Amino acid sequence: MATTADHDKLNARRSIGWKGMQRGHRTHPLEWIAEKGILLVSLSAIVMVFLIFLFVAREALPVFTGQLNTASGQKVIPVADMEKLSPAELEAYLGLTPEQDAKMDADTKRTLMEVKLEELKEASTDKDTRVNTASWRYFLRPFQWTGYNKPVYIWQPVSDIQKYNIVPLLIGSLKATLVALLFSVPLALGAAIYVSQLAHPRAREWLKPGIELLAGIPSVVLGFFALIVMASVLQSVFHYQSRLNAFVAGIALGLAIIPVIFSIAEDALTSVPRSYTQAALALGSSKWQAAWKIVLPAAIPGVFAAVVLGFGRAIGETMVVLMASGNASIVSWNIFDSTRTMTATIAAEMAEAVVGGPHYRILFMLGTVLFVVTFVSNLVAGLVIMRLKSKLEGKR
Amino acid sequence: MNTQKSTSFRTRTFDFGSFFFTGVTGLATFLILAILAVILLNVVINGWPGISWHFITAGTERDMFDVKQAGVLPMIFGTTARVILMTIFVIPVGVITAIYLTEYAHATSLITRFIRGAVNNLAGVPSIVFGLFGLGFFVNFIGHQVLNPAVWGKPALLWASLTLSVMTLPVVIVATEESLKAIPHGLREASLALGATKLQTIIRIVLPQALPGILTGGILAVSRAAGEVAPILFTGAAYYMAKLPTALNDQFMDLGYHIFVLSTQSPNINKTKPILYATVLVLLLLTFALNLVAILVRAQVRRKLRALH
Repeated sequence: MATTADHDKLNARRSIGWKGMQRGHRTHPLEWIAEKGILLVSLSAIVMVFLIFLFVAREALPVFTGQLNTASGQKVIPVADMEKLSPAELEAYLGLTPEQDAKMDADTKRTLMEVKLEELKEASTDKDTRVNTASWRYFLRPFQWTGYNKPVYIWQPVSDIQKYNIVPLLIGSLKATLVALLFSVPLALGAAIYVSQLAHPRAREWLKPGIELLAGIPSVVLGFFALIVMASVLQSVFHYQSRLNAFVAGIALGLAIIPVIFSIAEDALTSVPRSYTQAALALGSSKWQAAWKIVLPAAIPGVFAAVVLGFGRAIGETMVVLMASGNASIVSWNIFDSTRTMTATIAAEMAEAVVGGPHYRILFMLGTVLFVVTFVSNLVAGLVIMRLKSKLEGKR
Repeated sequence: MNTQKSTSFRTRTFDFGSFFFTGVTGLATFLILAILAVILLNVVINGWPGISWHFITAGTERDMFDVKQAGVLPMIFGTTARVILMTIFVIPVGVITAIYLTEYAHATSLITRFIRGAVNNLAGVPSIVFGLFGLGFFVNFIGHQVLNPAVWGKPALLWASLTLSVMTLPVVIVATEESLKAIPHGLREASLALGATKLQTIIRIVLPQALPGILTGGILAVSRAAGEVAPILFTGAAYYMAKLPTALNDQFMDLGYHIFVLSTQSPNINKTKPILYATVLVLLLLTFALNLVAILVRAQVRRKLRALH
């Protein structure tokens, strides 16, 4: 008899409410097909996240597996030995495609051999040419290149010896992001507390959309404003050397992330049940005490999530830093030095990178790093907000 | 309202803490709005004199840095074209996903949580990574390896629009979901009680009610995408084009990218400032007009729904 009881339970569950409307599916195959189709389409968001990671990482894969080689340590072949080489070997040696090879006669090839010989002779005098710069040791650790008197971190992909040290870019990104957070977090949090807790309800109606209007300004316009107006104004106030630097870029970045931090923090503060405030007020606290000592601590995970999301947004922002940071890849923690971030590097150099070459792959590697960093910060922030919401809703 | 009365009764003496706290947070709010106002005023005051019928309708045939001759028609055209194409791709997918999330899925099932997580993450992916994705997936993979590389294996209007539609998918999903959730359950139940199937109910009852919300989502997506430059840098935007794009595999000139070009590559920045400011103003007018419409539609819908509940 247990089975019929289960059946009854199942039927009862099916007939309750909208979500339980299962009967229609049986009678209409069309309904069933439609539901499955809708499910398939709605999976596209998941598919897209996967595809983004897959295809950005795919282009960067040779970097991670260490298959790139920029070293030009080729063996030297005398011109007289040209006839001994097979056509394929000759093509590889001279760096020709088969089509190019077919078009050339023996004399042209001989000339090319001589040129190559000269090249290799010249190159072999510099020990740096034999270094494979596209490997992790040269990405992350300093190296004493010829002509330098100490090991240095250099990002210089367009030169005879391509130098791909990403440390200057990492520092540049972190520097600009740090300035942005220091500038925007106090402002955005203050505004969030004011708008959600202290402002008159009528003022709130237009304050919130007003601040969120800032999100409507495209980042290229913020970059333009930082470049044309803010850079000069800030320079005349702080009297620093280079007009474009991490400080200017950071302030403009801060403007870009204020709406993000504000919206999420405001949302978290508003989702704290009214009864919290009412209880505090009933116990004799004033409005600001209730906001500062009761509501803010209750919503603090949401505030944390807002800052984490702001961090993710700032480190991934491109146009602002591309236009306002000065783009010099220097290793320095001074925020008034010109700086180059990862995002600006990708945006500025992708156009001139040879598709499939080491430079191209390393730029995609930077993109993968950015994706992972923002993915993790999104995940953390999402989890924190979800837990906070369920906690507060449970207590309501 | 009672709380207000009680506080005013209590704070008869001067409360320094309250004064300070309200002052500091209020100042932060004011500062943000002031910066916003300064940016907008600066652009409007400097950009307005440059706006003329000629500026809107002329192209850049002679010289894009020529203050007297240059216009922005190709950029307006390019931006509009890529945004319209994007809308065509993103709205159906976004709306269907939102329908699944609100009408079919269980709120706590694994698949719902995965979709929601993916939507949240998609919203936070940096725009430059979308650009890389567009280059790696659409141009290099679909264009080069799947389709004919001679036609599709290069940056194109279609690839830029598709990249942007992936980027704005979360905007449409969230807005549509919000409007679907606001529709009273009674409407659905009434429809079902009259013998309609679930699909019929969704198509005939739920979707018409949610239309303003879907429109809002579309408008927000458009206003977000209109100003984005990073995703189209490698997927379709051109530094200069002699003609307007006519096919899906053409490159295009773009307002946002043109602002970048004008402000960083100009031979004489002081001379070209007027057209730079005017171009910025055109872009801002475009995105703000769209934002304003979205805000108004949303307010209207909320008011209507509050009356329904």
